[in-house]
Amino acid sequence: MPRKVVFEGQIEHLQILDENGKVDPEIGVPEGLTNELLVEMYKEMLFFRRFDKKALALQRTGQLGTYASLIGQEAAQVGLGYAMNEKDWLVPSFRDQGLMMLRGVPGHKIITYWNGDERGSQYDEGVNCLPICVPVGSQLLHGAGLGKALSLRGEDAACVVCVGDGGTSEGDFHEACNFAGVFDCPTVILIQNNQWAISVPRHRQSAAPTLAQKSIGYGLHGLQVDGNDVMAMYQAGKESLGRARKEKKATILEAFTYRMEDHTTADDASKYRPAEELELWSKRDPMRRLELYLREQGCFDDALLESMEKEVTARVAEQVAAREALEKPDPTDTFRYLYGEMPPHLVEQMEEMKESLS
Amino acid sequence: MSQAAAKGKTMRATIVQAVANAMKVEMERDEKVLVLGEDIGKDEGVFRATEGLFDAFGPDRVMDTPIAESGIVGFSVGLAIGGFRPVAEIQFMGFVYVCVNQLMAHASRYRWRTRGRHKMSMVVRMPYGGGIHAPEHHSESYESIFAHTPGMKVVIPSTPYDAKGLLISAIRDDDPVLFLEPKRIYRAFREEIPTEAYTVPIGKAKVVKEGEDITFVAYGAMMRPTLEAAEVLKSEGIKAEVIDLRTIMPLDQDTVVESVTKTGRCVVVHEAPRFSSISSEICALINEKALLHLLAPVARVTGYDTPMPLAKSEMAYLPSSQRILKAARDTLAF
Repeated sequence: MPRKVVFEGQIEHLQILDENGKVDPEIGVPEGLTNELLVEMYKEMLFFRRFDKKALALQRTGQLGTYASLIGQEAAQVGLGYAMNEKDWLVPSFRDQGLMMLRGVPGHKIITYWNGDERGSQYDEGVNCLPICVPVGSQLLHGAGLGKALSLRGEDAACVVCVGDGGTSEGDFHEACNFAGVFDCPTVILIQNNQWAISVPRHRQSAAPTLAQKSIGYGLHGLQVDGNDVMAMYQAGKESLGRARKEKKATILEAFTYRMEDHTTADDASKYRPAEELELWSKRDPMRRLELYLREQGCFDDALLESMEKEVTARVAEQVAAREALEKPDPTDTFRYLYGEMPPHLVEQMEEMKESLS
Repeated sequence: MSQAAAKGKTMRATIVQAVANAMKVEMERDEKVLVLGEDIGKDEGVFRATEGLFDAFGPDRVMDTPIAESGIVGFSVGLAIGGFRPVAEIQFMGFVYVCVNQLMAHASRYRWRTRGRHKMSMVVRMPYGGGIHAPEHHSESYESIFAHTPGMKVVIPSTPYDAKGLLISAIRDDDPVLFLEPKRIYRAFREEIPTEAYTVPIGKAKVVKEGEDITFVAYGAMMRPTLEAAEVLKSEGIKAEVIDLRTIMPLDQDTVVESVTKTGRCVVVHEAPRFSSISSEICALINEKALLHLLAPVARVTGYDTPMPLAKSEMAYLPSSQRILKAARDTLAF
């Protein structure tokens, strides 16, 4: 038997809105994205950017613990977030506050969590979002399992699970992609490839030319998207979520984007990251290109921007105030939520803590 | 025959049959109960612990998974959040290490993390322990790791009756339960058990034998050599009280403390390594709550602090009735 090709695969890259705000004439603006909606999406991107700037400022003045900013990744999160339906679930990692807020998690919960208070991970019933997940890759399996649960329940819903380029190196990434394929999970695995995993560049995480092509090894759909293009992210989200809900097939979406800030407030990226790279990516800014497009469409001007700035600044202030209004946490809560019924040894230890605090 | 078995229809079952039957009756009762693991479908599990399930419930509820233990547990976490009650099987406890992140970082703290919103109604079953001449990594007894994990419950039955009743309790529990099955005695003996569903409470030890002279505390596969040692002592006129812990987290402190308060002497038996183990915990408990009743130091008969040896040497590692008897005599003579 001669050698023969038994499999061929390819990965597409999708960009609709280029760096200069021009829409690809062949693809056009995705269906459903009216100028009105695009203005709203721009406003959400602005809100997330201002929210994170505020969080970073709070951290610098000692009013917040470690924080992981999403600045640079606004389009990836807003584009996909707007493609999700009400019934869909989000399983975030730790830099996904934009997506989380679009799912209905109040911003004050995010900063409550990062301020070292577990109440920041308690969301109301009806908010289809799991809490922030810190260990980099383990949430992927929850996204596969939750997707399967939605499918077994016969729901017309999908699950989006987030990971970064660094997280794709974890063993759980492999196991989750594999399970998502084998069990026909309606799960979209969103890799926000922001080029850096703390100090390690993307090419040191994997020798594969793209992260989207990992889908091929698991029999999943895969697509690389310009993650700074909100239209492409929306379109890719609609396609992959639609396929998930209808055909119960999982997709790996690689959002090719950039982390404009340090990894977290505990990091100094200037130590390892070339300044030229930041400059290059500044030109690809996800908001700038949408602004250029909307200005050309005649539905965006300085006055609108100014009013938006006012509005989002007020929204950010509201969330900060809500966090500040929160009473101090009761440290004995740590005993209360561990088991359905508190076992005797914890009753004893809770009394011990109470006594030590009195 | 147990009390419950005296009423209604019963069956004679080994521990492994009791385990399979527990899952079957719960899957019949509650369609949210799912079973997943390696070779648990058509093959019915390498120990046949899922016998009859695939034929009865099909591939959506009895899921043969890829060989990926972290995947099995992490996927179960997602299923539990999605409203199901997954019962996951890890083929051998020696393969559970790759699940430690999912168990310790997620399953055990999801309710806590979300301040009660997301309960974690899942069971992770696995055969544990030595004595069956198995290959490397097939004989481990590392229950202490998980008993040390806040938020987990760790259950270890020693009889068919308890295996079924405790597994049903575990499946109905809204907290994650690690269910360790003593594979050495999977088929060692049969017991008459009810065919219907019944529960044995988690967190309650059982006084298997009452006595005044010395307390034995053991669980799982170590119950048999412990009971043998107690029988020998009985023939010598020494009345040993024998406690089967059944659950090691949360530990039934009262039963242990009451017994040691009465007898003043205690031997703790397990096959797990000794350091930082359940016997360490029992010693600390007695120190805290029954010290002045002690007539002798608490003795420990355990596995040694080395890896579980391969088949040729495993019997030298595992506590035997002779070792237990020796410790008991030393304690009695102190």
